[in-house]
Amino acid sequence: MSGRRVMVVARKELVQILRDPQSLMIVILMPVILVVLFGYGVNIDLKGLPVFVFDRDGTQQSQDLLKHLQASQYFHVQRVVDNYDALTRGLDNGSAKMGIVIPWNFSQRLRAGGPVQVQALVDATDDNTANILTGYVQGVVQAYSAQVQSQWLSAHGAPLQFAPIAVETRTWYNEDLESSAFIIPGVLALVMSVIGAFLTSLTIAREWERGTMEQLISTPVSAGEIMLGKLLPYFVLGMVDTVVCALIAIYWFRVPFRGSFLTLMGSSAMFMVVVLSMGFFISVLAKGQFAASQIALITTFLPAFLLSGFLFAIEQMPLPLQWITHVIPARYYVLVLKKIFLKGTPAALLYADLVPLAIFALVLGILATRSFHKRLT
Amino acid sequence: MKDALPAAIEVKGLTRSFPGVLAVDAISFDVHAGEIFGLVGPDGAGKTTTLRMLAGILPPESGSMTLAGVDVVRDPERAKHALSYMPQRFGLYEDLTVEENIRFYADLFGVRRADREPRSLQLLQAAGMSEFRTRLAGRLSGGMKQKLGLVCALIHHPKVILLDEPTTGVDPVSRRDFWRILYELLAEGVAILLSTAYLDEAERCHRVGLLHQGNLLFCDTPANLKAGMPKAVLVIASRDTRNARKLLIGAQGISSMVIHGDDLRLVVDDAHTRMGPLKARLDAVPGSYDSMMQVEPTIEDLFVDAVGARDVAHG
Repeated sequence: MSGRRVMVVARKELVQILRDPQSLMIVILMPVILVVLFGYGVNIDLKGLPVFVFDRDGTQQSQDLLKHLQASQYFHVQRVVDNYDALTRGLDNGSAKMGIVIPWNFSQRLRAGGPVQVQALVDATDDNTANILTGYVQGVVQAYSAQVQSQWLSAHGAPLQFAPIAVETRTWYNEDLESSAFIIPGVLALVMSVIGAFLTSLTIAREWERGTMEQLISTPVSAGEIMLGKLLPYFVLGMVDTVVCALIAIYWFRVPFRGSFLTLMGSSAMFMVVVLSMGFFISVLAKGQFAASQIALITTFLPAFLLSGFLFAIEQMPLPLQWITHVIPARYYVLVLKKIFLKGTPAALLYADLVPLAIFALVLGILATRSFHKRLT
Repeated sequence: MKDALPAAIEVKGLTRSFPGVLAVDAISFDVHAGEIFGLVGPDGAGKTTTLRMLAGILPPESGSMTLAGVDVVRDPERAKHALSYMPQRFGLYEDLTVEENIRFYADLFGVRRADREPRSLQLLQAAGMSEFRTRLAGRLSGGMKQKLGLVCALIHHPKVILLDEPTTGVDPVSRRDFWRILYELLAEGVAILLSTAYLDEAERCHRVGLLHQGNLLFCDTPANLKAGMPKAVLVIASRDTRNARKLLIGAQGISSMVIHGDDLRLVVDDAHTRMGPLKARLDAVPGSYDSMMQVEPTIEDLFVDAVGARDVAHG
């Protein structure tokens, strides 16, 4: 192994990357686009959902309940309608996510102390939103109900009642329950998958396809030197992109960063070795740029997106899928990222995720090294 | 004197097959320092396979090869320090400039900058490419590309040069430059092995090997090959060569007939005894030919005749 020859190959590779507009776009623009896209675009917080209201009672009491609904940040009373059809139309054409119907005898039944029902019609095309909405509306109505109950009791001479048990919630790590704080750290795994696996998957395949490999392997440069020299520029570019993404996350999206920067760089370097090895291995096997890029996307980007816990919680996946996630390197890296950013977990407590990541790096690294020979087949 | 030195390239019983094809069938030859050896043969004869094995990038099935005294079969990586291989397809980086490509290959071989600069200047000048140093290799013409390939191949002073059809598709001017550079190299004591499908080019080599279906049919100097040819060549000029050919089918003493433009070339066993009867045959149809004369045999005649005879023997 000659460090000089590794640098010769690395310099050549870097010049080629810098001269290829497509690679350059992926290296420079893609990370920024991904972070901004996920930072702004993917928002799983539900706030100010449009609600149509059909108040058949029209009394002060029914208005009181509506005020409570309006007061919560989750709902926004978009329209007050005066017939049932208008409400249904609102749900049909999507201008309302929920319709609330207050019955004509609402205040009358409450005065009589009897139970009364309020109808909530929920658009469940998105089951997640529907579930959350149902939960919110139940919470608001129950709180109002308790208030009415205690008023009624005190009006009838009973002493003022207090709810006997209340839950006092503190949200830790992501105090403001911002979904961007939950999502953005994971974007780093996506960016590195693209740089590491997708871009590198092209490097060896390109040399075979363009016929430059045949001449290269007739020189004294060794297989290991070719591999290291080709991967080095992508490693450096991937790490630079990691830092850029982290800075955008921290300073633009105000994602809390509580861990150590060194731990972030160390674990990122480990994941970079994993994806670079995969990209290189794919490139050696595929021998064609198109096939290589497709395989790289399917084996690295998609799992990093779907099965890493980046967007979709692993605990909520069907059991067989949960098992599969254990062989997805991105799973461990995404977990590490979330812990470093939000929890500030020190490196010593990350071993459960870092050890598997290190094993992947080692195994895939060896596999990539073994796969490439200076031979025509 | 040549024979006193060990051969720069020694090939013995080299064999390689691919599924369903015996690409190279136990060939043996050697090339000395200061010699240009031409492997001649049609497409699929096994030229590229032979050169790839010698370049250490395709393992042979059996046989032995040494390059500059190094066993290529056992230690291909060591042999690579002394050799230079130029594949048939352009093997340089089209997105790098002429200079960057030269520098890349010089650096891979550990050529010092102080050696690289004058060598590169001298080679580029010989190739007539001095003003293209900063041009991207992809923007060069076909002939320029091949010459750049040669410059990159020579930058580290190799002892053995392997060139796979280096002048295919190259314009005549570049081709002349190319050959001039090769001849100048011989003074440095290199051994050059090249393949070509152009038979006229083979005559510029010191020795030629005729390769056909993986077998080396002849291996000698062009002059010896021609002198050793036991047969004579007749050229018949005709306005209807096909018809003339038809008239001569079945005539005694002809071993091969090839239409070459307005000429029909015949290889016959003896010119003097055969000319009379052949003319008589053609005279049966008036105007079927304009003239008939004996010419010096070329490599091409030899090759066509040898391949033809072999095919007949095998068929």
